[in-house]
Amino acid sequence: MKRDLGEKIFKGLTFISSILILISVAFIFYELIIGSLPSIKAFGWKFLIESIWDPIAERFSALPSIYGTIITSIIALIIGFPISIGIAIFISEICPYYLRQPLSFIIELLGAIPSIIYGMWGLFTLAPIIQLKIGPFLNKYLGFLPFFQGYPLGVGYLTAGIVLAIMIIPTISSISREIIMLVPKEQREGALALGMTKWEMISKVVLGNAKGGIIAGGMLGLGRALGETMAVTMVIGNAPNISISLFSPGYTISSTIANEFTEAVGKLHLSSLIELALILFFITFFTIAFTRYFIIKRIEKR
Amino acid sequence: MNYRVRKIISNIMLFLCTLSFIIGSFFLFWILGDLLRKGISSINLNLFIELPKPPGVPGGGIANAIVGTFVLAIIASSIGIPIGILSGIYIVEYGNNKISFWTRFISEVLSGIPTIIIGVFVYILVVIPMKRFSALAGGIALSIIMIPTITKVTEESLKMIPNSVREASYALGVPKWRTIIKIVLPSASSGLVTGIMTALARIMGETAPLLFTSLNNSFWNIRLDQPIASLTVQIFNYAMSPYKEWKSIAWAGAFILVLIILILNVLAKYYARKRGYYE
Repeated sequence: MKRDLGEKIFKGLTFISSILILISVAFIFYELIIGSLPSIKAFGWKFLIESIWDPIAERFSALPSIYGTIITSIIALIIGFPISIGIAIFISEICPYYLRQPLSFIIELLGAIPSIIYGMWGLFTLAPIIQLKIGPFLNKYLGFLPFFQGYPLGVGYLTAGIVLAIMIIPTISSISREIIMLVPKEQREGALALGMTKWEMISKVVLGNAKGGIIAGGMLGLGRALGETMAVTMVIGNAPNISISLFSPGYTISSTIANEFTEAVGKLHLSSLIELALILFFITFFTIAFTRYFIIKRIEKR
Repeated sequence: MNYRVRKIISNIMLFLCTLSFIIGSFFLFWILGDLLRKGISSINLNLFIELPKPPGVPGGGIANAIVGTFVLAIIASSIGIPIGILSGIYIVEYGNNKISFWTRFISEVLSGIPTIIIGVFVYILVVIPMKRFSALAGGIALSIIMIPTITKVTEESLKMIPNSVREASYALGVPKWRTIIKIVLPSASSGLVTGIMTALARIMGETAPLLFTSLNNSFWNIRLDQPIASLTVQIFNYAMSPYKEWKSIAWAGAFILVLIILILNVLAKYYARKRGYYE
């Protein structure tokens, strides 16, 4: 009888802890919806398509923030994704076996650095370089493109995108590496035996096999880029604009929240910020949920 | 295409892969080198023993922020570690059902939710009812960030324990819960310690969820219902300020923060390798 009791209590505790995780995510969703009701009532769908952010007149809309979030994430993926795949291939296929652990630890450390440090580095080291070197260079040679017109201020979409690109490298490369390692050795040997060069073997057999997993890794990296706050807040320039030029300052969803949340005086202002958080929650939740589901299915199938 | 062309293409592509690794590690060393250069020159003893001072006044430190970061980490650990480990145990030992699948799935999703959203959530949940920013709110926010990581490592390290170990214990008449506490958890301890250190390193570097939960404080505080300073928020405020002295303190603070986090990470790695996972 007594033994039974201990078992019941312990099992109950583990069960409650599990349920607590489920409940807390549901509760986050619930609280965000409740908190954003005033703003939803006041602005409706116009919140998503207008581009006014005026705390004095109490008129808010999300488009500048959503635009900034998407643009910076796209830049991050364009720069970060190929580099991450290259790193994953290098560690799993090219470097000698005994270097695998130490070299992947170097990339892991890149992921361990707090985002505030990336922010400081971006603001004090990278931004001046963009302003004085890279910006004028792009403007001179690619200035005919609308993306590179205007005067580089140092802070802006491009700087934020580059910082994000570095930050998502560890996420994408570690997942791609894991998936690449799952490709059976026999397939590689078979490909080499057929007379393929090493790169043909990697691109046709390894990457072909790991395609789904690598895309999943990219999606998780995208999830991180969409929600990253501090680093972006420090280098995006914080202006509620929509601008096609990558040199101009902007806003992202997370940086708007970080900047204005403690200073929001009006109820509508606070509620609009919570609605922004709700939008971000939606975007990241479904990006990650979809990807994780895919990864779980794929790994369990094997 | 003849063989030579294919071979050249192959070598070029392999070189590009190597290059991308070099680029990745180059950024790591650039950032760390920057920190070292700007951080070391501004480090002095005052940082560790003095409170923040207004701009213009010489000296001033971030002693309260360093202590605050550890206080927040302790609050977060005392909530996050038990819940994380218990739910990990449920997934591996008891759960062969829908709930265990969903816990695993949702906790992985939770680990990817932007931390600023956790901050907004805790603001609504704790700060508004308490009517003030508090260390407790900051700790709760960090614990929510910590739980998925701990659940994941518990799950992974418990799965590595072979079933024969459990069965041997059952055969001696030990009930399941005592088997888990006395046999399974100790065998998995090296994995757990590694995971806990990694999780600690992660939450100590978090800024976004603290911005509007624990806020900041220029004075000593050990009361949990009052705002508390943390290294990260202090670094953020100082770095964004227009004052030169504050900026140099921010660099020094950043150096200290990264040092703590790197030490935790290297220790975690060392511990994992020294003990080795149960094989």
